[in-house]
Amino acid sequence: MVLKNIYDVVVIGSGPGGLAAAVAAKKEGAEDVLVIERDMELGGILIQCIHNGFGVEIFKEDLPGPSYAQRFIKEVFSLGVEILLDTMVLDITPQRKIYASNKRLGFVEIEARSIVLAMGCRERSRPQIRIPGTRPVGVYTAGTAQRWVNVEGYMPGNRVVILGSGDIGMIMARRLTFEGAKVERVLEVMPYLTGLTRNYVQCLLDFDIQLQLRHTVKRVLGNNCVEAVEAVQVDEKWNPVPGSEEIIPCDTLLLSVGLIPENELSRKAGVKLDPITSGPYVDDNFQTNVPGIFAAGNVVHVYDLVDWVTEAGFQAGKCAAKYAIVTHRKESNYVPLIAGDNVRYIVPQKLDKRNLEENEIRLQMRVTQPIEQPVWIEVHDKENLVARKAERYVRPGEMVTVVLKQKNYKDVEKAENLTINIAPR
Amino acid sequence: MEELKKLICISCPQGCTLEVTVEGKTVLKVDGESCKQGIEYAEQEITDPRRMIASTVQVKNGYHPLVPVYTKMPIPKNTIKNVLKELRKVELTAPVALGTVVIKNVLGTGIDVITSRDMPTRTAEQDHFLK
Repeated sequence: MVLKNIYDVVVIGSGPGGLAAAVAAKKEGAEDVLVIERDMELGGILIQCIHNGFGVEIFKEDLPGPSYAQRFIKEVFSLGVEILLDTMVLDITPQRKIYASNKRLGFVEIEARSIVLAMGCRERSRPQIRIPGTRPVGVYTAGTAQRWVNVEGYMPGNRVVILGSGDIGMIMARRLTFEGAKVERVLEVMPYLTGLTRNYVQCLLDFDIQLQLRHTVKRVLGNNCVEAVEAVQVDEKWNPVPGSEEIIPCDTLLLSVGLIPENELSRKAGVKLDPITSGPYVDDNFQTNVPGIFAAGNVVHVYDLVDWVTEAGFQAGKCAAKYAIVTHRKESNYVPLIAGDNVRYIVPQKLDKRNLEENEIRLQMRVTQPIEQPVWIEVHDKENLVARKAERYVRPGEMVTVVLKQKNYKDVEKAENLTINIAPR
Repeated sequence: MEELKKLICISCPQGCTLEVTVEGKTVLKVDGESCKQGIEYAEQEITDPRRMIASTVQVKNGYHPLVPVYTKMPIPKNTIKNVLKELRKVELTAPVALGTVVIKNVLGTGIDVITSRDMPTRTAEQDHFLK
């Protein structure tokens, strides 16, 4: 493959966000689109997510991860998107120069008229949650175990404790059970489930796997290999409850304790990050603070559904193509979005008023506390109610979406900022 | 005798809590659903609970040693264990295309198990690394 010196759109990462961005950029009219992927094949983490549940929103079909990825892989090839596999991006400059290394091509330097960051996220690991005890073999993130079991073909162990009730953890509990392991326990430090309720049903309840809320691992035991973990209950202030300790014999401890957007490259490019999401501040076009650098998918904030990552990728890719083709963007007219009562964060963090004149804008957010009763999600400009939506409940594990319609333009146009509050109805 | 059963609908990520009034295996009433899928789920779950199953089968000479597979439709819950046993006996040879039937009408359920991706043959480069 002969690399061009300059591309209209370069997409970093080929997971669902990156693939969608490449497809949309090409469809929007960008001529030269390049996807750079560090793995040997396209698809990102979908390749190891062999369970179904993907595509219900976009394709109205219930697909396994690899099938979902393959649809987009086929499309990027048929659209003539260029692909650079097995390539590590080392640096991105604010002027959109990309430096990468590849075994065959060596060190490469590529210029991009616009860039879509789609690096996804990384799992929180043992050092980040500081689990005391020995440091034996047998403590892995749930995603590592998923890669081994589903792609590479070996088992992490036979008796497993899972810390964290995130979706990957619950899905791995079922998967390991299928392959003959015994999942001794799932421990969750929060008083509520952090993954989707349906995964609790079909991954844990179906196989009688015990979930303990408000419980965590006090320490890991074992010298060479994990021999047991000591579980403990925690109180409201997250302090261990004395006397509640329990030794659970096991040979494997899997961690499903959250995902962090992977933004080392974004930082190098001068992209500002939101300390709450750990992802870039973006506007409603998914453009970061650096002109011409866009970001989409789990690199911005962690989604519940791949379908929404794809949607975000489409939007970012389309806008990146527009930027590359036109470049001359008028001064934007931004309104900041402020997280109010029981809202932890909102993406986008700001929106361009004029875009609302032409298109509806989707706001996605997470709540701070669960409210297990009907609620209003209200968008306010000071005292003035701009839009509101009813939900039957809200939970931190399940993302909340509000769509601002073109008819809201009049109210938004006048606003200096918009606050979103969530409260019982 | 009428009985109230609590179910959580797994048809979509919303996960509605359903209150289902049943008599034996007959559903009398469903409450708490937000769409008609909830009613269908409750009906199915009480009379004949089924699940989609995804696993892997071995593949010879493949880019990866396994190819992921899934049941085209949900299979009866009580057949899951045996279906997994059947899958352990299968070995395919690369290249394999997405949608290839791995086991037709698995255990007489009328449902096929199919592959969920293409699996190309291993590359010369991979062989080089193994040497």
